[in-house]
Amino acid sequence: MKSALTQPAATASGDPLPPLFAQWFSKRGWTPRAHQLALIEKAKTGRSTLLIAPTGGGKTLAGFLPTLTELHARGGKMQKVVSTGKSVRRSEGLHTLYISPLKALAVDIARNLETPVAEMALPIRIETRTGDTPVSKRTRQRRDPPDILLTTPEQLALLLASNDAPYLFSTLKRVILDELHALVTSKRGDLLSLGLAKLFTLAPGLQTIGLSATVADPMDLCRYLVPQPDGGAAAADLIVAEGGAAPHVTMLEPGEYLPWAGHTARHAYPAIYDLIKRHKTALVFVNTRSQAELIFRELWDINDDNLPIALHHGSLDVAQRRKVEDAMGKGRLRAVVCTSSLDLGIDWGDIDLVINVGAPKGSSRLLQRIGRANHRLDEPSRGILVPANRFEVLECEAAIEAVAELAQDTPPLRTGALDVLAQHVLGAACGEPFGADALFREVRTAAPYAGLQRSDFDAVVDFVATGGYALKAYERFAKIRQGKDGRWRVTHPRFAQQYRMNVGTIVEAVMLKVRLVRSRSKASGQTGVIGRGGRILGQVEEYFAETLSAGDTFVFAGEILRYEAIVEDEIYVSRSNDDDPKVPSYEGGKFPLSTYLAARVRKIISDPSLWRPLPEPVREWLEIQQWRSQLPGPQELLAETFPRATKYYLVCYPFEGRLAHQTLGMLLTRRLERARLRPLGFVASEYALAVWGLGDIGLAVTRGQLSLAQLFDQDMLGDDLESWLAESALMKRTFRANAVIAGLIERRFPGKEKTRRQVTMSTDLIYDVLRKHQPDHVLLRAARADAATGLLDIRRLGDMLARIKGRIVHKALEQVSPLAVPVMLEIGRETVYGEASDVLLAEAADALVAEAMGQGLGARAGRSGQRH
Amino acid sequence: MQDGPASDIEMCGQRLCGDSAGALYWPAERILVVADLHLEKGSSFARRGVLLPPYDTAATLSNLAAVVARHDPRIVISLGDSFHDGEGAQRLSPADRETLSGLQRGRDWIWISGNHDPDPAVDIGGVFSDCVSIGPFVFRHEPGGGSDENEIAGHLHPMARVHVRGRTMSRKCFASDGRRMVMPAFGAYTGGLNVRDRAFAAIFEALDFTAHMLGPTRLYAISATHCLPD
Repeated sequence: MKSALTQPAATASGDPLPPLFAQWFSKRGWTPRAHQLALIEKAKTGRSTLLIAPTGGGKTLAGFLPTLTELHARGGKMQKVVSTGKSVRRSEGLHTLYISPLKALAVDIARNLETPVAEMALPIRIETRTGDTPVSKRTRQRRDPPDILLTTPEQLALLLASNDAPYLFSTLKRVILDELHALVTSKRGDLLSLGLAKLFTLAPGLQTIGLSATVADPMDLCRYLVPQPDGGAAAADLIVAEGGAAPHVTMLEPGEYLPWAGHTARHAYPAIYDLIKRHKTALVFVNTRSQAELIFRELWDINDDNLPIALHHGSLDVAQRRKVEDAMGKGRLRAVVCTSSLDLGIDWGDIDLVINVGAPKGSSRLLQRIGRANHRLDEPSRGILVPANRFEVLECEAAIEAVAELAQDTPPLRTGALDVLAQHVLGAACGEPFGADALFREVRTAAPYAGLQRSDFDAVVDFVATGGYALKAYERFAKIRQGKDGRWRVTHPRFAQQYRMNVGTIVEAVMLKVRLVRSRSKASGQTGVIGRGGRILGQVEEYFAETLSAGDTFVFAGEILRYEAIVEDEIYVSRSNDDDPKVPSYEGGKFPLSTYLAARVRKIISDPSLWRPLPEPVREWLEIQQWRSQLPGPQELLAETFPRATKYYLVCYPFEGRLAHQTLGMLLTRRLERARLRPLGFVASEYALAVWGLGDIGLAVTRGQLSLAQLFDQDMLGDDLESWLAESALMKRTFRANAVIAGLIERRFPGKEKTRRQVTMSTDLIYDVLRKHQPDHVLLRAARADAATGLLDIRRLGDMLARIKGRIVHKALEQVSPLAVPVMLEIGRETVYGEASDVLLAEAADALVAEAMGQGLGARAGRSGQRH
Repeated sequence: MQDGPASDIEMCGQRLCGDSAGALYWPAERILVVADLHLEKGSSFARRGVLLPPYDTAATLSNLAAVVARHDPRIVISLGDSFHDGEGAQRLSPADRETLSGLQRGRDWIWISGNHDPDPAVDIGGVFSDCVSIGPFVFRHEPGGGSDENEIAGHLHPMARVHVRGRTMSRKCFASDGRRMVMPAFGAYTGGLNVRDRAFAAIFEALDFTAHMLGPTRLYAISATHCLPD
């Protein structure tokens, strides 16, 4: 296996390397790279540094070289044992901490570091600490730490939340943060920034090294790496490694048939198979689990040569995933079909092609994915984009241009979340008691929290102590309390225990295990016992499981499965003979189309002179759009209205991603309802939104009864948003995560309390009550902040509404326009959203009454009518 | 028809009115029944370090006040688990205590004992009983009395799940086969148990009952055979 430390030859420069290291490099036939040497120089000056380097640039070794050379210089005097008063530790103590977003990555890096350490006989002890590390080893690590400890942000938080943290970290010289670009975009990055702030307090001379892929604004990461002075800004130094050859990205020539809609790219499977055959090893990236499942299955259907093609996504069983990664590392696979689960991780040497199926979503994301095929810096990495439909052709074209310019569209640095801060405050009280003033100052040195207000900090402390309620009912149940010295500590050891069990910011959607059982012959009566003991295939989100009814079929782990029942925290499935799974479940992927790519797509559409590289069917499609309706301008919002069958449609093209469109759809239907246009539902795609109803929306606009300017006015983000948030399931899901991270409710563990399913219920109830009685509660504020960028993407919707103000173009049509066809085809394929749930319930109940109780089709009839 | 958001449910020849808030009103006797208030559930969790918002009692009582105002009953029956734990009544805030005694003014109030609150509480007004019989009905906390009884009970927190036009919806509900009824839980922090759970099989024969799902303006009667299991 080629390791992350593999070092292809490159040009040398001046040599700050100790002779032993220089010899080691030359013995391997390598020459140290400029950025590796530069990092050693920086380390000597004590400056914290951000290294931006492409995959395959010897980045990880660069990060460790300063530590390895320092520990080499220190020599073997580390054997001395001293008493710290509290425990015994070696005189030198912990030197370097390495933090990785992935547990598996920490383990692999540790293994790979052993090679240079052994070959140069360096007196260095390297250990990992993850959730899998046995308790005895963890205890020993506190007493007798290694020189280099490789771990995760969560484990760091745990290490800090104990009273021996000052002893453990007082000797620390350096922290290496790997894949920093990936860490800082999430709440894990917030948690890590708070941990870093604490480390800087415990070890004032601390130096940080950040390792990152290319990002839009490296200064964000530079600030993240050093303590921020009060009211000012400080930044780490920046080293940018020479880029390799520019990536070579093309679009797969679409055959004669290019789908209007859908995400399967089924038309391209033979071509993809052919590409795999003609390359050594290919990574086939897709955006969602279900796409991965589908492609994997269909590739095997046409796999006449029996090529070893594997599947990798985050819902598969961990053991299964590791097996695939190992086989890949050993060069036994020809292709892996994968999701973002492989966006990070070990570099595999021999990948010579990355195929990206579906929408690329963003330029940086695509560059990083294609970089996976970039092991030899001097050769361009090869990427082929496979659009699944016409709009995706435009997005792929935009992405190819963006990649050619090496344009970056990573998001800006986050503002630190208050729920994460709450977790950190409880953690702080579990260690040495803290003074509020000192902790506030420390927290504000973390870049994401540099702008934190004292009032918010105090609200968070109050929340941790007694819930933060205006009604001071829980003083006597306080979890942390101020002592006579004014310092806060936990009131009972069980709260420290509670903290340790709940640490972390990853609140998975409640996952249900998928267990393969024998089919029940008939679905009848109550949930009965089905044969237990089948194999676990992986897990699915609870909300996906909730859309299933007994008998529904779906694809998972490469098989078509029949849903049988939910039993506690497992869903039981059996093998199905169906050829065509009934439930498509396109969950859209986690990442919306980036604002940057969206702007480029709008530009391409609006300017026929840019259509030349597009495939013929796409050009024709846009030409007919131009003739039948019109092309949306780059800054405009085109809103088309037309009748179809018995309904009236409004289709608009904001290009802001599905999440923002979904929120827009919810709010528009509310407004159309008020305008008495009787909306029935809507469907959102990455590019467009279609709303339909019984009232003639187009006529209302042309007669001046409905103003599109008012319909799309920014004020929809006021009262309408508020009243929707009151009942929004997405908002409740967001709040649930806040409640878990902040420690209001406990994370669920298998076997603890009843079933997981009841948690979701109870946080919904908490949300309802809290929203009504204390709408400005700190957790609700945290939930709103998350909703702005998360599942509801409100900020992006707000930006869009501002952009199109005064630029809405209405086109009243007699029939559907070419541009509207793709989103219209999603109707019936996608879940139809809408507020009309009570209308549907009434329909179901009335149908039953009419059909004389229990005899008729009732609720089921409506359902099968909708699904395809 | 009656005023307010409600629908009729027929039981033993009596016209009962299922209030959308999850309460049952018997117009002939002017009796209002609520089940599983679980007052002070928030503070009960707080005692164990789970600091839930302390507004649940106020929220539940305010919903109850609205129902009482709507029907102006002569008698109110709280079908057990009125408090989340035995000390709940002692933890009532003065304001909530005041609200409660205001609701009790001018009418009889019967607290049925439940598994969460088996013993009579002091200082909360009303009378205490394990079960009461009025007309054809027996009112008790846990369903499943003798087979010859017409019973109205709580305890199970019924909810129903249906699938309509590609969407799954869950609501609290009254579960009734015309002879027995299990009422929805009324408390602000009370969740639900699916009527397809086997706990309900012990009470109703097979799936020969109806789930009257709560809606904002009426109830939706759905046959249990059309309700989805979890």
